[in-house]
Amino acid sequence: MESHISLLLVVIPLIAAPIVAILPRGRLPWAAALLVAFVCAALAGIQLWAVVHDGMISYELGGWAPPWGIEYRIDAVNAFVALIVAGIAAITLPYALLSVEKEIPEHQIPLFYSALLLCLTGLLGITQTGDIFNIFVFLEISSLSSYALISLGKKRQALTSAYQYLIMGTIGATFFLIGVGLIYSQTGSLNMQDLSTLLPEMSHLRTINTGFAFIMIGIALKLALFPLHLWLPNAYTYAPSVVTVFLAATATKVAVYVMLRILFTVFPHSFAFATPTEELFIMAGIAGIIIMSVYAIYQEDIKRLLAYSSVAQIGYMALGIGFSSASGVTATLIHLFNHALMKGALFMAIGTIIYRLGTCRMGDIHGLGKQMPWTFGAIIIGGLSLIGVPGTAGFVSKWYLVIAALEAEAWISVAAILIGSLLAVVYVGKLIEALYFKPITESGKQIKEAPLLLLVPTWVLVFLNIYFGLNTELTVGVAESATAILGLVN
Amino acid sequence: MSAETLLLATLLLPLVGAIGIIATGRKPNIREGVTLVTATLIAILVMTIAARFMAGEEFALTVIEPLPGIAIAFKIEALGMLFALVAGLLWIVTSIYAIGYMRSHNEQNQTRFFAAFAIAISCTMGVAFSANLFTLFLFYELLTLSTYPLVTHAGTPEAKRGGRVYLGILLGTSIGLFLLGILVTWFVAGSVEFQDGGILAGNLDPAWAGLLYALFLFGIGKAALMPFHRWLPAAMVAPTPVSALLHAVAVVKAGVFTLLKVTIYIFGSDFILSNDVTGGLIWVAAATILFASMIAMTKDNLKARLAYSTISQLSYIALGAMLASKSGLIGASMHIAMHAFAKITLFFAAGAIYVATHKKLVSELNGLGRAMPVTFTAFFIGTLSIIGLPPFGGMWSKWYLGLGAAETAQFALLAVLMISSLLNIIYLLPIPIRAFFSKPDNGQHYTKIAEAPKTILLAMTITSTACIVLFFYPDPFYQLANLAAGGS
Repeated sequence: MESHISLLLVVIPLIAAPIVAILPRGRLPWAAALLVAFVCAALAGIQLWAVVHDGMISYELGGWAPPWGIEYRIDAVNAFVALIVAGIAAITLPYALLSVEKEIPEHQIPLFYSALLLCLTGLLGITQTGDIFNIFVFLEISSLSSYALISLGKKRQALTSAYQYLIMGTIGATFFLIGVGLIYSQTGSLNMQDLSTLLPEMSHLRTINTGFAFIMIGIALKLALFPLHLWLPNAYTYAPSVVTVFLAATATKVAVYVMLRILFTVFPHSFAFATPTEELFIMAGIAGIIIMSVYAIYQEDIKRLLAYSSVAQIGYMALGIGFSSASGVTATLIHLFNHALMKGALFMAIGTIIYRLGTCRMGDIHGLGKQMPWTFGAIIIGGLSLIGVPGTAGFVSKWYLVIAALEAEAWISVAAILIGSLLAVVYVGKLIEALYFKPITESGKQIKEAPLLLLVPTWVLVFLNIYFGLNTELTVGVAESATAILGLVN
Repeated sequence: MSAETLLLATLLLPLVGAIGIIATGRKPNIREGVTLVTATLIAILVMTIAARFMAGEEFALTVIEPLPGIAIAFKIEALGMLFALVAGLLWIVTSIYAIGYMRSHNEQNQTRFFAAFAIAISCTMGVAFSANLFTLFLFYELLTLSTYPLVTHAGTPEAKRGGRVYLGILLGTSIGLFLLGILVTWFVAGSVEFQDGGILAGNLDPAWAGLLYALFLFGIGKAALMPFHRWLPAAMVAPTPVSALLHAVAVVKAGVFTLLKVTIYIFGSDFILSNDVTGGLIWVAAATILFASMIAMTKDNLKARLAYSTISQLSYIALGAMLASKSGLIGASMHIAMHAFAKITLFFAAGAIYVATHKKLVSELNGLGRAMPVTFTAFFIGTLSIIGLPPFGGMWSKWYLGLGAAETAQFALLAVLMISSLLNIIYLLPIPIRAFFSKPDNGQHYTKIAEAPKTILLAMTITSTACIVLFFYPDPFYQLANLAAGGS
């Protein structure tokens, strides 16, 4: 039974997507999507439990044995990421109902949920598959559906941002495909496990090296690694609130997973050591953390502020990859999870402000903290987690990352991480000051606290931010065993 | 009650009080009742714990272990007991004072004020009782955050600016340097537990010890060493009860307390003495003592002058910690208590003057002594205790600090301490003298001015009496300080 879960996680949302599209208007499409998300989250949870207890699961599609057939290969690494994706989907969908009704024209709502499910299919598919070409297919499924989702934003800039993302995303996907093609031309295999046995003997070949470079750049574009992040701020800013929450908490995380998989499973470790890959990751990470955090400070639009902060946070994950030590990759995986929690919570809280106010510019939210105390509380705790105050999930990430940097004797990285936290104090502080200390406008006094259906999911994530700051059994435990599976040992 | 229950109650009771304060916010009398009951219970609790601690009982509690080896855990030792005792006893006095002050001042958002105050006390207790650096850091940061709404209480542009400096420096130093120090400690020693004799000896190359100590010294921004002292004058925009308890006692003492903890239980005094870890850094404290006193002389605003005086006095404690000899540590620990009682008296008096006359400047106080004799007598007593004259408690801590400097043959530091006492006389003593002996400006007579409300006078009387009592009976604090410094 457990082995079927891996396939069901992809097939259920895939089949549900067209069904949702033809459901009558009203709340039925939402209910169907909600059901799918819950089922997926439950399945992903069972799958992670099964993998942690019984070891790796291999599922051969259509009974074709690998490396000829497509294999779904589940270990602690991808089961963990799949749980993040499905879990966030399950928390986002209850939130979606009201927010979507407010932001999306009624006749597009079934299509919206259909696209959201397709995006979920793609993201889950990437985590499940053991086939590198299959990753490309699912990457495109998730990307194409997210272009559609972003373009549904209320403002007209949503269209241009979606278009911008489309261009950049397609370049990324194409690069990835070229890389896969080059590697296939030399190895004749697309199965990642198979590749990992074939590649060590070929790592001197120029074609393989070129293929590696194409794949890296392609994924770096997808995960918005600085300086390939240009699509992200616009996309996050103008997408509907729910889409921002979902994409910010999942899409880039899945791309980081692909990066880890290819760097540490598909290619031999010595390969990354022999090339300047690590140095590039560290440089991109440091530059991303500092520059993007400074950018965030000067943003007027709160969603854009958080978007730049997201690029900076991806810099932390890049640093962990760049250390290519067990502790570094553990830190990256922990931050993957924790960042999904904090950004999810913050974007949801901002979404509730948008629900009441219609905008989220700094100038418009003056003094709203007193009108919307629960939303304000969520922003404070989410912000503290983003800064990395002890007792929150963010602290755990930072702790592991700095320890990894100290181990690598990477002093500049240590400084960058801490400076990044300080810059986060500034931009979170700016947000809180606007919400609390600026005098409230006359129209602001009419604003009431958001409805429970928006607040409860937000606070679920807020609570998880604290829970995983105090109990790290799941995050650290799984991240450590995942690191061991990636072949990195302390 | 079992030891764990007592410990946990001390931490949680103020939080329960805060909830009670918020719940009864619409009825000020009941709300103030909640504050007083909570504060009284806390005072009883810390005294009970102190008595049982002195009798040899152990108080330890692990709440949760978020990361392997890094737990949120509490363990009471002598230094923490001393700090908790000071904060717990002075909270009740400050509460009495605050009620009078806030009411006669018609301050806004009083519910928020009292609730945040209670939360800050809970965080202070957390700092005092923490068993490792991680727990201490957690409560240290929470203390900063919970006092932020108190600093910005007035909501004026000045208050917001002050709040920004406050948060910026305290969070900046703690995340940028203090946290780094903790991480390095964990990295080299594999532990962040407070242990007798320290955990770094044998794990850390002595050549790097000075650098690590500097991370702590400057990272613990609450200790207000120069050049990271600016937050303390900035925090003076807060209502006076906040300045009195938090920025003369709880918050700043949390800083120097942390420094002492790190010195005694992370580095270990033997390690420091045998490797001369603090030989250069000690001059930072010496310079802060002198410069802050000189700046205090130039301040006409009474609270600003007291703030710089606090910065100077805090560095006494930092200096004692860095001397790391037994007398130095005893002096530093005792100064936490002695300075607390004296300085809170001075702030109470400053607040009383402000409530009664709305005067903030030293130069406006001429002749006020006749109109407000109780206030200025209290101020006078506080002044003498700060200077360190007998028969006032402040003498003992200075005695031991001087002894510590002589013991380690640091005669230049001894000179710094002496000069500083002279400077104290110069910037503090003229204030009561002006009030009692100068004629009011423009020949006017203060006929309409009377003393501040009774609760304010009561609070001042208690703390100034305590300054005298502590000269004759410094025993509880001395014993704890002696224990902390490694004596028996």
